[in-house]
Amino acid sequence: MLYDLSLTIDYSYDAASDRTRNILRLLPSDITGVQKVRQRLLTVSPLPDERRDGTDFFGNEVSMVAWHHPIDALSLQLTAQIERFEPASRLDLSAPLKDLYREVIAQKSLAASAPHHFLASSPRVPILPQITAYGRECLTPDMTALKAVEAVGQALHRDMRFDPEATDVDTSPEDAFENRHGVCQDFAHVMIAALRGVGIPAGYVSGFLRTFPPPGQPQLEGADAMHAWVRAWVGKEHGWIEFDPTNDQFAGTDYITIGYGRDYGDVAPVKGAVRSAGGHRTQQAVDVIPHDETPS
Amino acid sequence: MSQRLPSGSATPDLFAAYKQTPDVADELFDATGRMRPVWRRFVDRFTRLSPEEIHTRFERGDQYLRDAGVFYRQYSNDPLTERAWPLSHIPVILHEQEWDHICAGLAQRADLLEQVMADLYGPARLVTEGHLPADLIARSPQWLRPMVGVKPVGGHYLHFLAFEIGRSPDGSWFVLGDRTQAPSGAGFALENRMATGRIFPERFPRAHIHKLAGFFGAFRDAMEDLASASSKRPRVTGIMTPGPSNDTYYEHTYIARYLGMMLLEGEDIVVENGEAMVRTIEGLQPLGLLWRRIDASFADPLEFDARSQIGTPGLMEAVRTGHLAMANALGSGVLEMRAMMAFLPRISKVLTGAPLDLPNIATWWCGGAAERAYVRDNAQNMLISPADAVDLPFDLDATTALGGEFRGAPKGSIAEWLDREGDNLVGQEAVTLSTTPSWDESVKGGAVVPRPMTVRVFAARTASGWQFMKGGYARIGRSGDATALAMQRGGSVADVWVVSDRPLPKTGPQLPDEGTFLRSSPGWLPARAADNLFWLGRYLERFEDAARLVRAYHLRLAATDNRNDPRLKSLHLYLAGYGVDLDQTLPEALIARVISARSCATKVRDRFSSDGLAALNDLLKTASRMTATVQPGDDCARAMSVLIRKIAGITGLVHENMYRSAGWRFLSFGRALERADAMAALLAQFADGQAPEGSLDLAVEVGDSVITHQRRYRIETSRNAVIDLMTLDADNPRAILFLIRAMRTHAQALPRASLNGRPSELLRTILPLEARLACAHPDEITSEDLQGIRAELAEVSDLLSSIYLR
Repeated sequence: MLYDLSLTIDYSYDAASDRTRNILRLLPSDITGVQKVRQRLLTVSPLPDERRDGTDFFGNEVSMVAWHHPIDALSLQLTAQIERFEPASRLDLSAPLKDLYREVIAQKSLAASAPHHFLASSPRVPILPQITAYGRECLTPDMTALKAVEAVGQALHRDMRFDPEATDVDTSPEDAFENRHGVCQDFAHVMIAALRGVGIPAGYVSGFLRTFPPPGQPQLEGADAMHAWVRAWVGKEHGWIEFDPTNDQFAGTDYITIGYGRDYGDVAPVKGAVRSAGGHRTQQAVDVIPHDETPS
Repeated sequence: MSQRLPSGSATPDLFAAYKQTPDVADELFDATGRMRPVWRRFVDRFTRLSPEEIHTRFERGDQYLRDAGVFYRQYSNDPLTERAWPLSHIPVILHEQEWDHICAGLAQRADLLEQVMADLYGPARLVTEGHLPADLIARSPQWLRPMVGVKPVGGHYLHFLAFEIGRSPDGSWFVLGDRTQAPSGAGFALENRMATGRIFPERFPRAHIHKLAGFFGAFRDAMEDLASASSKRPRVTGIMTPGPSNDTYYEHTYIARYLGMMLLEGEDIVVENGEAMVRTIEGLQPLGLLWRRIDASFADPLEFDARSQIGTPGLMEAVRTGHLAMANALGSGVLEMRAMMAFLPRISKVLTGAPLDLPNIATWWCGGAAERAYVRDNAQNMLISPADAVDLPFDLDATTALGGEFRGAPKGSIAEWLDREGDNLVGQEAVTLSTTPSWDESVKGGAVVPRPMTVRVFAARTASGWQFMKGGYARIGRSGDATALAMQRGGSVADVWVVSDRPLPKTGPQLPDEGTFLRSSPGWLPARAADNLFWLGRYLERFEDAARLVRAYHLRLAATDNRNDPRLKSLHLYLAGYGVDLDQTLPEALIARVISARSCATKVRDRFSSDGLAALNDLLKTASRMTATVQPGDDCARAMSVLIRKIAGITGLVHENMYRSAGWRFLSFGRALERADAMAALLAQFADGQAPEGSLDLAVEVGDSVITHQRRYRIETSRNAVIDLMTLDADNPRAILFLIRAMRTHAQALPRASLNGRPSELLRTILPLEARLACAHPDEITSEDLQGIRAELAEVSDLLSSIYLR
């Protein structure tokens, strides 16, 4: 499926912000077997005094931008054309849950794709006893790791209420779980905590959802802004799988990936302290339209 | 034990309580109970001292530390409580041969740590080849992913290290911990040395003790080379501190002063185009190297811990682009993980083919089944703690189980716990340390007792390899218990003497030949330091001004005993406008002003004399004490006089003793500006035609010009006389014209005072004001004019801030 993607994020500051420096993680990149980027353009205005694009540890595209003078607004515009491939067959080649840890240990690697980065607590997603207990409830002893991931994701989708008003970007998984509500970020964080708690390496994926579902299918939650879901490592043979607990499904052709990380902190689309006394407001608009439906 | 003391000891009883613990090594006595020769002459001297002499000498050492203002903080208590440095007065004495042997072992270890660091942030072969578990590294918050693949300037990651070492019962040395992140203590070691110098000033033993200074000189040279390594032009070096609330902030200020380096906080630094720059009063200056005393995770909120308020956004980018050297590299804290000790012995063989010369504390990572079983079966003799804990073994906060018992809440049985969380646990042998002589005051007359100790050894990378401080500092345990756990808080710190059999040549820092003498430049003044000095001047003056007004109030209250007297009421109202409440006998606002002044002074400890700071503390203490007891009227007036004299002492110190650097100018500028503003405000109120009778006298009194006024005018106070004396008199240090002249002089001496022969914007604002006052007649100065002067002064302050202070 070929998509035209457009994203606008606007910030405005009450007081001009001096020496703003940001790290942006907004540019999509090629991922073997998942997606291919045909075109991409990230426009930053006002024009920054510095901009350097590169990749981070996890292979995500990063843009370092900085202004040497005060600015009172910031606008980020991303347009891209991306081909999303059909996922490979869903044959379950994952490890039996009881063997997974042995397979993790056997991966003697610190490469970005190694499961070890995603097994322990991370800054925004600590392993918590109550979430671990919840995760364990979802499992049966004979499950494969893939089935386990699906079971945990489904349970969370069943038990947590999607509520864009209830949480914000800084809500902890502990609070979101306690109240069983939140947005995609909260669903993803709680699911990651649950999977790590039961010994399944799990990370955070940021990206986009197709805006309008194919005919006859329901509208997906989280399509009006950037989306987040979960990836999990289910054994040497099967590797990584991606599951969206907000919409209770494996990530398929409706999903476009921007970044991988241990939690939101690793892939936040805009990172950076604002040196400004007042508050700020932000607005986001997203469109992910199949190419043949795009008005030309 | 007195039979083992040298003959002729006058007071052998001093050592009567010195009983060696069985199966514990001792520094003073060897395994056969004979005194080690290296101590003999010291003990001989010491035992000749009378208890009174010992007391006097120890007190002299303590006094030195108090005068120098040496302190440390404990985070656990009130964050702003400064604690006196706990000097253990008797040094630890080691022979130079033994020391050199230790250092040779540590040099090997330092090289190994460098190799491990380069691997963990490079190819990670140690992981892929199975010598370090991937999981252990990946879970460590100290392993900083943004550093992976980044090459450090100059090629090395580690430049300044410390090792905590102890002596085993068999007499050999071992390493308890490697300090690779931002080791502290080297500055305290210098102060320890100064203090013990006061206690034992005799030529012997001094002539035999190796000096510490050369070590620092060598390290500074190495840092300066490194700072300029990435470009041809010289770049400045700085020490990056977390700031005054850090437990070892004193040391940061001390080392900065000692080495002549800038002490920088995160906000002093900005990153532009991949270069780290210091904000100075002369604009942005490129930084070549930071000696980092801040933990890496706080150093850059953009790429590490986003909650950090004390870092510099973009610092990692400056490192990545290869413009900024770091001592030590960001991410070096990963080497401090306790679990690293479990793997280093093997890694040494793998990477160098040789075993470690100096073993480290035996450590087992419980992620492996065999290791887990061993730790479980030997839990009685283990400290068990999180594998990624970076505290030293005896910092028990990080230790969860000790000797088979949980500290704090139990987590089931030890065996279950190890099975459940083994991946992130290590067992470490509960080691026994050696004992060393320490003075016990609780014994009547005092006595020397054996106390456990560890020694901290400092290493610096120089052009000729690792150099070690010849000496260091020893932590001394509080009780006689020689297990490592006795070393936790409450202990003291001793100087370590590395001695030679022969007197050493007098060296000191290498002095250049006469012909090449160079006066070193005062260096850059960071904008934040200038800002703090400016505000220090303003707060000092604000305090003095208020104290004079409060005194004037209470003098009149004593005379009239009527708070409703119109003069008193107008004073009450006037001060209320400044937040000073005269219903409080000693208004809280006064204390608040001293606290503000002290807070500024604390932030520029590296540029403000310790005497000045001590005087400020004294002022605060006195004022706080008075609050409880002072009575309205004469008593309060007298109290204010005491405080005014004390502040005069402080300003006298500044005026008489402070080097005429740019920093002094900002302080003086702030003081002059505040004083001119206060005077204009005072006159606008009390020299106004509408002011109650007696107000002019009050203005003269508050302006401290009573005597001059009497001598000059010899008549009743007239408005013109007062305005002339307090506004237009260029010889009266409290007159506005005098103060504006002083400000102009300072402004002319600051950098960028003129551009192409044209005075700076700041000067262009001051000069017309000065000219106007110089030409004015008292008649022409109305209360509105005085308010106008205040507005112009505010503009001067804003300009100064925008040009120099940000």
